[in-house]
Amino acid sequence: MSPEAVTRLPVTSDVQISGARHAVREAAIAAGFSLVEQTKLVTAASELARNTLVHGGGGHMEITTLGRDQRGIRLTFTDSGPGIPDVAAALSDGYTTGQGLGLGLGGARRLVNEFAIDTGPGRGTTVTVASWPRGARRVTL
Amino acid sequence: MDRIPILRLGRVLLASIQQELTDDIALALQQDLTEMAAAGADGVIIDISGVDVVDSFLARVLSEIAAAARMLAGETVVAGMRPSVAITLVEMGLSLRGLRTARSLSDALSALGLGEARIQGRS
Amino acid sequence: MTAVGSGRSGAAVVAEVLDARREQLAQQWADLPLFRTVYTSGRDAAVTAAHRLVDTLADVAHGERVEDTTVPALDRIRPHLAQTINARTRAGCSSPQFTAEVAELKTPLMAIVAQELTDEDRYSGLLAAAALMGTLRLVVMEILLNQGDDIIDRQRQQLLEVSTPIIKLWDRVIAVPLIGTLDSARTQVVMETLLDAIVDQHAAVAILDITGVPLVDTVVAQYLMKTAMAVRLMGAECVISGIRPQIAQTIVQLGIDLGDIKTRATLADALAWALEQAGARIASKE
Repeated sequence: MSPEAVTRLPVTSDVQISGARHAVREAAIAAGFSLVEQTKLVTAASELARNTLVHGGGGHMEITTLGRDQRGIRLTFTDSGPGIPDVAAALSDGYTTGQGLGLGLGGARRLVNEFAIDTGPGRGTTVTVASWPRGARRVTL
Repeated sequence: MDRIPILRLGRVLLASIQQELTDDIALALQQDLTEMAAAGADGVIIDISGVDVVDSFLARVLSEIAAAARMLAGETVVAGMRPSVAITLVEMGLSLRGLRTARSLSDALSALGLGEARIQGRS
Repeated sequence: MTAVGSGRSGAAVVAEVLDARREQLAQQWADLPLFRTVYTSGRDAAVTAAHRLVDTLADVAHGERVEDTTVPALDRIRPHLAQTINARTRAGCSSPQFTAEVAELKTPLMAIVAQELTDEDRYSGLLAAAALMGTLRLVVMEILLNQGDDIIDRQRQQLLEVSTPIIKLWDRVIAVPLIGTLDSARTQVVMETLLDAIVDQHAAVAILDITGVPLVDTVVAQYLMKTAMAVRLMGAECVISGIRPQIAQTIVQLGIDLGDIKTRATLADALAWALEQAGARIASKE
């Protein structure tokens, strides 16, 4: 399953969060996502990009279109910030260290088909999510 | 940064979001609405029919505007949320409790006691 | 592989046999049910199809990747295999039957390989030929599974759309009667259809009628709550109607909190409530 296209965008300012939203929206439209599916993925991207900026001190996002005709989308958010000491707590609702309603990570996870996080104190954080349009066959993350 | 214009309709403040919202613009809207509400108003309407993404940050800004407005100016009504946005908020686990919502601008005006009745009766 | 081997790989010797005995093998395969039953128009078509398969397998063997289902050479025959499967399925052939027919191709191939090769190459050649036919079977099973999924997905989607009618009950009052079991996919469709209808019809009240839902457990209750919350976010009121006594009991026993979502026993009660909101009233004539 060779990736079709990879786009890499910096996430170092709040204007770039909306840039990330635009880029994800475009990729989702191209991959045949319905309006609701696009909105879920873009909203998840917005949450995760803000995490990258606010908690990770900035980083980058990668958009990958998956598969030949499966047309899934994978998003990877990477920062080299302080990392998350307690992932389980960070994924639970109400956990907040900054702005927002404390639904950033947990909320984003509920909006995508697959969610993975790699983090630890001092290691930075990488969050990978993937979604497929309804009816598409999935390849694994 | 482009600020979102706020209209004063009698004693109601109306902000219609028709542009891409960065975090800064959302925070500026919160500040402007709160200041204008403090200067005297009976209600606030935020039209989000042009907004295609509401994340937890914007949801919090809306809730805080409503909470501040309740102390200063009365109810805040959020009008015109798109179906895709409503579904996404619910899936995320956000119900925006405490926020009044309305289908359209005219419904929002009615909800604040201005304009015609909310549903046309037939009796 | 063996001490007496010629030093050539099993795949290489099988490739040579397939090239040398292409015609003989294709003729034998064309008489087997897999080809004979599909190419009913004539034996020539069956032989052509069999040639194509022999050539493809020869290419795979030349490439030395007899156990790899992802080699590009196999992509050439995938569409043909899919067509053959379609034709056999329409004729009432089951998946196990079809894979058995594919397995039958192995016997003539093994016989030719055994007969063609010298003692020093025979063992490794037979192993490679067996591996190659195993790979073909895997490719066939992969296609069978995918086709099954496609059919199921398509039918599921159709069913979802058919089972979600939105009914306009009154000016700005709409209802969706839910019938059958609610699952996550169904809830998504109901939610989307209902919210779109609220926009299109300027609805102020949306009634979710669950008279036809056999079971309300915590999961279903959660789906109903989600839908009701989304309706409210849109600025409309949501009423859940059709809560039969035993469902009400279950909800209480399970300790499910429907929050401040409005509920009514029947669709008629819900409509009466909606009309009241509208300032309308239904009265019987004197």
